[in-house]
Amino acid sequence: MDKNIKIDVHYITRVEGHGNIKVSATDGKIQEISWIVPEAPRFFEAMVRGHSYEDIQTIVSRICGICSISHSFTAIKAVENALNIEVSKQTDMLRQLLHYSEQFQSHTLHIGYLAAPDFFGAPSVVPLVPKATDAVKTIIRAHRVANEWSDLLGGRTTHPITIIPGGFTTIPTEKQLRTLQDTIRNTQKDINTIAEVVLSVAKNIPNFERDTEYVSIKQTNPPEYTFYHGDIASTDDGKLVPVKNWHKVTNEYVVDQSTAKWTKWHRDSFMVGALARFNNNYDLLTDNAKKTAQQFGLKKGCCNPYMNTIAQVVECVHICEAAIGLIDKILTKGLVSEKVKVKVRSGKGAGVTEAPRGMLIHEYEFDKNGKCLAADMCIPTNCNHANIQKDMEKLVPEIIGEGQDAVRQKLEMLVRAYDPCISCSTHLLNVEFVR
Amino acid sequence: MSNKPRVAVFDFACCEGCQLQIVNLEEEILDLIGAVDVVEWREAMSEQSSNYDVAIIEGSITRPEDEERLWLIRSRAKVLIALGACATIGGINKLKNNFDLRDVKKWVYGKDAEKPHLNTELTRSVAQVVKVDYLIHGCPIDRKEFTYIMRCILTGKKPEIPEWPVCVECKLKDNRCLWETGQTCLGPIIRAGCGARCPSSGFRCFGCRGYVNNPNINAAKDVIERYGLDVEVLKRKMNLFGSGNTQVTANG
Repeated sequence: MDKNIKIDVHYITRVEGHGNIKVSATDGKIQEISWIVPEAPRFFEAMVRGHSYEDIQTIVSRICGICSISHSFTAIKAVENALNIEVSKQTDMLRQLLHYSEQFQSHTLHIGYLAAPDFFGAPSVVPLVPKATDAVKTIIRAHRVANEWSDLLGGRTTHPITIIPGGFTTIPTEKQLRTLQDTIRNTQKDINTIAEVVLSVAKNIPNFERDTEYVSIKQTNPPEYTFYHGDIASTDDGKLVPVKNWHKVTNEYVVDQSTAKWTKWHRDSFMVGALARFNNNYDLLTDNAKKTAQQFGLKKGCCNPYMNTIAQVVECVHICEAAIGLIDKILTKGLVSEKVKVKVRSGKGAGVTEAPRGMLIHEYEFDKNGKCLAADMCIPTNCNHANIQKDMEKLVPEIIGEGQDAVRQKLEMLVRAYDPCISCSTHLLNVEFVR
Repeated sequence: MSNKPRVAVFDFACCEGCQLQIVNLEEEILDLIGAVDVVEWREAMSEQSSNYDVAIIEGSITRPEDEERLWLIRSRAKVLIALGACATIGGINKLKNNFDLRDVKKWVYGKDAEKPHLNTELTRSVAQVVKVDYLIHGCPIDRKEFTYIMRCILTGKKPEIPEWPVCVECKLKDNRCLWETGQTCLGPIIRAGCGARCPSSGFRCFGCRGYVNNPNINAAKDVIERYGLDVEVLKRKMNLFGSGNTQVTANG
């Protein structure tokens, strides 16, 4: 096999945002392996300054169309933390229910439209329509359910308009929630079908491992497989870090090959996302979700980054069950109309949630009129860039004998497995709070 | 070779949420794929092509290299569609233009701000850089409006885009005016066509579809007086989505 390799992927496809891969090797000797992010930086941290605390989530939601609900919630949590706003149990439960819908939407999009074509050896989902019509329609149906779910609680599918600091502008009726619950119950079958289809081609998932650190949030009181509440946890260290100390976790730095910043904690790099949540919180998954993991041979401690897509399948199973249970809780308590009350004051606060592609942190500071003085964010894909680079450095020498096309294919699949959201990741900053 | 129009989708600085709305057509996307040949769409497909009839562009233009790429796309496409607020009016990215750019870079990248790969320029909409044939407004776009405009393009009809403000649609829905609840709503001056989606959910209109072409400034002044508004606060709200004072029209 030819051991001369020249790979120059300009704008990798089927990912959110722009990323390039460069590899060159002569006679099996590697000269360069680079994961490059050339995305146009958008400067959100600078742009929110001067705006009212009420407008923050409307602005920062636009960091990412795929995780707009997570960005909105993380911003709102940070604003509420800064202004000392408490929310009701009802608001908290409805928010979690809305947040589930985004995980489900984003995961089905990634599994079905972005990752699966690789498993089938197709360039996109389009050629699969005539070949695997039922499978494609199942994915579309599940994706539609996720969007209707976001729509009902968030006012629309992308860039939600009902969630504000302190609560909701409008909430669904109990009848609508009951209908949603039925819809989710029906979707569970579809998720099982999707899992079976992915399982049938799972042999095409590369067998590659690299021991690394996995970081996600963890909820201990009560213990729950969390996307919304919790402190920062690592597989390297059992200690939980409260979000206010997040800079100690992310340690962001600028590198020349990227407009997105990189991060590191206990090692040179760490990974966030579904696999990180799985590795940190496996014990709290529902039994059915654990069974799904078992079918794929996915175990706690897995360090094959390609299995991130499988961890998303497992989370879809979990999310449907958790959402059905949560709707029961909401309905048992009964919905009441609540009035949002906010007393503006000065303050600084941080918030963290899990976006579908990993831990997301926002921090803001406000003056006494609620005007934003400073903002700082750490986006999941930023956390993953260094880890992607380190994976490539270990992977390429292992597979270099397979030839240029196979190396390129596996590198692209690797990036896709992280489900990166690159346009998000070029807005991070490590900002000094300057006055 | 089929005779179906060849369509390509491209993106610049944006959140890709408008492309996501195309995916969110769900079952209907199968009809769209049946009516056109999608030859390039980086977010969804690996296929690439430099031969296309219709280019759909999402995002705004913030760097010289992006402007060059946009000109190239324009030269290749017979029809160019600006998709979503970033492309039609500059969108949220335009907030940056309210600051000194050196300060913006320094704020975000600190001591690394002057590195060449972190360069940025004033944000412009696609329509401020090249000739645009059709504008699909909104942040994100409305899926129904997208399919309506695509259908018009494919059948050679001129799409009718509302030239009246969001208030008209809001009144038709019998919504309570949000001004009466203390919110600063831009409904009186922003182009309708969204079905007053935000005000109907109890959230103020923040202007993502851009100003109507002849906003009723006198009525707006009355409102400012009646509700005792701070003009600075109102200006911030009005600038939120880059509506600014740039008026754009497509040939469509």
